[in-house]
Amino acid sequence: MNLVYALAIAAIVGTGVYLVLSRNVMRIILGVSLLSAGTNLLIFLAGGVQATLPPVIEQGSDMLRADSANPLPQALILTAIVIGFALVAFSAALALQLFRTGGTIDTRELTAAEDLGSPFEPKGASHG
Amino acid sequence: MGDHGAATLLLLPLLIPLAAAAFTAILWRHRRAQSLVAAAGLAAMTGASLLLLRLVLDGGVQAKQFGSWAAPFGVSLVVDPFSAGMVVVTAVLALAAAVFGMADLKRREIRSGFFPLFFGLLVGVNGAFLTGDIFNLYVWFEVMLITALGLITLGRTRAQLDGALRYAVLNLFSTILFLMAIALLYGVTGTLNMADLARVLPETEPSAALTVSALLFLVGFGIKAGFFPLFFWLPASYHTASIVVSAVFAGLLTKVGLYAAFRVFTLIFEVEGSGIRTMVAWLAAGTMLFGVFGAATQYDVRRILSFHIVSQIGYIMLGLAISTEAAMAAAIFYIVHHIIVKANLFLLAGAIYRASGTYDVRRAGGLMRGAPWLAVLFLIPALSLAGIPPFSGFWAKFLVIDATFRDDAAWLGAIALFVGLLTLFSMSKIWIEAFWKAPPGPRTTPRAVPRPMLLAIGGLAAITLTISLAPEPLIAFADGAARSMADPAPYIAAVFGETTSVAEIAP
Repeated sequence: MNLVYALAIAAIVGTGVYLVLSRNVMRIILGVSLLSAGTNLLIFLAGGVQATLPPVIEQGSDMLRADSANPLPQALILTAIVIGFALVAFSAALALQLFRTGGTIDTRELTAAEDLGSPFEPKGASHG
Repeated sequence: MGDHGAATLLLLPLLIPLAAAAFTAILWRHRRAQSLVAAAGLAAMTGASLLLLRLVLDGGVQAKQFGSWAAPFGVSLVVDPFSAGMVVVTAVLALAAAVFGMADLKRREIRSGFFPLFFGLLVGVNGAFLTGDIFNLYVWFEVMLITALGLITLGRTRAQLDGALRYAVLNLFSTILFLMAIALLYGVTGTLNMADLARVLPETEPSAALTVSALLFLVGFGIKAGFFPLFFWLPASYHTASIVVSAVFAGLLTKVGLYAAFRVFTLIFEVEGSGIRTMVAWLAAGTMLFGVFGAATQYDVRRILSFHIVSQIGYIMLGLAISTEAAMAAAIFYIVHHIIVKANLFLLAGAIYRASGTYDVRRAGGLMRGAPWLAVLFLIPALSLAGIPPFSGFWAKFLVIDATFRDDAAWLGAIALFVGLLTLFSMSKIWIEAFWKAPPGPRTTPRAVPRPMLLAIGGLAAITLTISLAPEPLIAFADGAARSMADPAPYIAAVFGETTSVAEIAP
């Protein structure tokens, strides 16, 4: 079961890396979100996948039962999902703004940062 | 000092900028009130950081657990001499940048939320320095990343959006790798507390998962810090930001990545005896060389300086590659010196722009006659960066190179010396072009540089001069910090015993 799980994560991460390497900014962002999904699954796997009880402390007891699930990976994943989602949302907004100002989201045509102060083009080198 | 006071002091470097970020965000429309809150916040942060440093130097490593959960379960904040020193330097740098910003920030940039983002960045940086929990380190990294992206895009020019995209994608990728490394480490050890990891890992069998985790940490921090094959995002994005923002980034952000690498590879993974050490040595050599070669081809002051960040990171990595106590101390000295000098050079780039109207040194000129004080102020950090005696960079380079020769890594020392020479070449290029030669354009007399700019630059130059002429206190501090990193026992004891370290030392 763990092997199937690991292969699935490998497939997701591999797809993510493939998308990140592409030239279209939207595909890059989708790749990043796939990568963070894969990472979240990896955290889940690291916590150990078994058939267990929900991690709830019963009334009258002050400890988890021995066969309950480990709640820590779930807390970590929740945090990572929230953070990852915020950053993906920011990147999407950035891509939208890039498209509005430059009319393109092809990374081959996004050269504004490289042109700013480039030593090879005396004309382009000025001002912030 | 009582336990309660110590714990509060540990929280202040986080709480003060957080409160300042909140208040400046509330006062979004009132520029003057925002500046007042910012000034008060920065002053309080500097004071609190200095008190914290004093507490650590007097009382040893301090730790605080949140929500009174005992150590491996709760989230801990830990401060040792290294992290306390970094928090102090952060506060000083933020103060200088804000003073400079009084004259440099455009109304539009303040209206776009400069101050809330700036304080948010400081929260992230201080959090990364103070946390004792590796997952929280990831969270602070993301806080830094999102605020840094906001700061880059303040001006909303096309170059800034483009630079922010490069910055965003690579740094997102690096934090994802970092998170994967954490997941693997957690899978093997079952704990996230750094002190607990330091206790558990030596008893753990070496396994493939641990090796992969160590490598992922190295690559993740490597992208953040700008190690050799992974630094290309840095000179492609830093120069697009507003100059105050560039100065803060140049001083702090890569150094947080380095700090994390030092933490993880001293406390958790042993650099000694594993392949990591040789790898870091090669990476350090590449980082130094390629950074300085990149700088040599550039003419835009900001781009020259951005590439120099990379080459200087290589010097600090040497400390990690050698990882003797002397090398660690040298690296810590180097980090402190470099944060001050590098940020100062970026602020000077802003002043050169103000005086001559361009960042391109080929089109600037005549500043020697028109702004002689600026020329003097430029010489101090420039010669210091190149490592000319008696400036602070000389001591930093001397300590690092001395450590390489003592540890039979003379080839690294030789590369470091060669790179120092090329650094001098870049600095003299800026000097000759911008200050020495006659102005090429129609504008013959440079514009006056506003007083707050000179004040900020002068203040940082004064700190550089103090370190240069009296390096002993900082060397002693770096030695102490390195000793406490080489021997993690007090760190672990402080996290698990909470107050033991204070009780032992206090009479």
